[in-house]
Amino acid sequence: MNTVPVDYYVILSAVLFTIGAMGVLIRRNPLIIFMSIELMLNAANLVFVAYASVFQSFSGQIFVFFVIAVAAAEVAVGLALIVQIFKAKKNINVDELNSLKG
Amino acid sequence: MTQPQFTDFYTILPFTILVVWACLLLLADLFIPKDRKGITAFLAAFGLAGTMGYAITQVGLSSMGFSGMVFLDGFSTYANILLLISGLLGIAVAYGYNQRMGIERGEYYTLLLFSVSGMMLMAQAADLIIVFLALELLSIPLYVLAAFTRKLESEEAGVKYFLLGAFATGFVVYGTALVYGATGTTSLTGIFLSASNGTSGLLLTIGAALLLVGFGFKVAAVPFHMWTPDVYQGAPTSVTAFMSSGAKIAGFVALLRVFATAFPSISADMTDILWAMSAITMIVGNFIAISQTNIKRLLAYSSIAHAGYILMAFVPYGNKEVMSISIAAGLFYLLTYVLTNFGAWAVVISLEKAEGNPSTGSGQRGLELSDYSGLARKYPALAAAMAVFMLSFIGFPPTLGMVGKFYLFRAVIAGGFNGLAIIGVVTSLVSAYYYLRVVVNMYFREGDPTIEREPGLAFTTMVTAVATVALSFVPQWLFLLASTALLK
Repeated sequence: MNTVPVDYYVILSAVLFTIGAMGVLIRRNPLIIFMSIELMLNAANLVFVAYASVFQSFSGQIFVFFVIAVAAAEVAVGLALIVQIFKAKKNINVDELNSLKG
Repeated sequence: MTQPQFTDFYTILPFTILVVWACLLLLADLFIPKDRKGITAFLAAFGLAGTMGYAITQVGLSSMGFSGMVFLDGFSTYANILLLISGLLGIAVAYGYNQRMGIERGEYYTLLLFSVSGMMLMAQAADLIIVFLALELLSIPLYVLAAFTRKLESEEAGVKYFLLGAFATGFVVYGTALVYGATGTTSLTGIFLSASNGTSGLLLTIGAALLLVGFGFKVAAVPFHMWTPDVYQGAPTSVTAFMSSGAKIAGFVALLRVFATAFPSISADMTDILWAMSAITMIVGNFIAISQTNIKRLLAYSSIAHAGYILMAFVPYGNKEVMSISIAAGLFYLLTYVLTNFGAWAVVISLEKAEGNPSTGSGQRGLELSDYSGLARKYPALAAAMAVFMLSFIGFPPTLGMVGKFYLFRAVIAGGFNGLAIIGVVTSLVSAYYYLRVVVNMYFREGDPTIEREPGLAFTTMVTAVATVALSFVPQWLFLLASTALLK
């Protein structure tokens, strides 16, 4: 039986991570930025499960569960903050979040 | 794998006490009337003090718990006590401020307790899973606290902190994943063993570098510092005081623990990166601070610059002979930084007003450097305290800041990094310019500042000012304390 080499997973995850990081840096909508951050986390999850299957160990898979749970907690807080900003400004473009500077 | 024993729980008992207390407080707060939230503040402080009482009994203990998931050693106990002190001071400066600003809600203190508990877990983490969980447990309450006043600038600070904090988390998780891939384990000692057997290679180095990026965001090291001035300025000042001390300690403690325990084998690659990061952080932080006119932004850049000084302690981490004194110097400087930083922020809070002129942002809110003019004539004690903090930030005798910098420079010179020590000294001289500007404003300019008199603020200012001066006369004793806190 042919198996996919683990390197392929790592390369795919590196691509996903890079797309996520670029999204955070380039996109101007906090919701999209947030999606990009989720992409970065899921790139990491892919590495974890791929290596967990190589090593035949559970700790990688357990880490993935923690990451998913914590990401959900982050979403709860993050969306609440973004909604508050939207209520105040009717707009959530991060370029217009510029009342703090100096 | 073994079942957890009671002895496992003893290793994280301070953390457990604090989390349970915070959960109970969340419930108890429901029954505390809106106009008497001081009770919540008092109960939260009581919980922190009780936890500290137990943490002090752990001095000298050394063990591991939960199948090697958490450490209990001198290092973690030292950090725990330091973090609990910053939690207590955080409540002391917040109580009156929250009333004055109309943000007195019980959740403030509960969130603060959760954040402190996350920081304490970070100090005890022996596995990257725990590092990650602790990082989130300390960060998520801070995101909420930063946005606590529901004013636009505070919400903006909250969103910025959240987005960049979550971005940093992405780096930490991906770094952890690569390290796991390279070594097959997430346990710090396991990584060390696996890496020293030569199984490592490129994946491990990239993973460690990504972890460094993630923690670099948390401790506000250049080039990952962009969020710091905005967040420190926009967040309620009491939150800023806590976050600039507590979150920074936790970040550095995690960096020290992870790098010194897991990554000594790749120190050859990491030392250059850390060297550059430390140097550029000191330079950028100090030079940008010169042009600041808002005291919150000035202290924010000062906090970035101090991240650079503390990073100096990491540079010789791979050198076994120097490592012990450099880690002790780093821990000592964290204590110095916490005392001085809290004192300076307490003075800032004393001068801050609830109402400002909305069109000019922070105008007339007591947050500009010019608002400090004439402080010495009207309030000599407060001005003297602020002068002490500024001198301690510069590293001028007889303050703790001088001693702290002396130990740091000694450690890097012992490690053979004379260039870094020279950069440190030169940037300290540069920093004298903007710190002394505050002192000059207070003592040599005319003005009519008004301050808020609150017991918590007076207490914090006095205790930190006295400690900053008095402890500088017994530094050997403190340094010994920090040395006993070393990683075994």
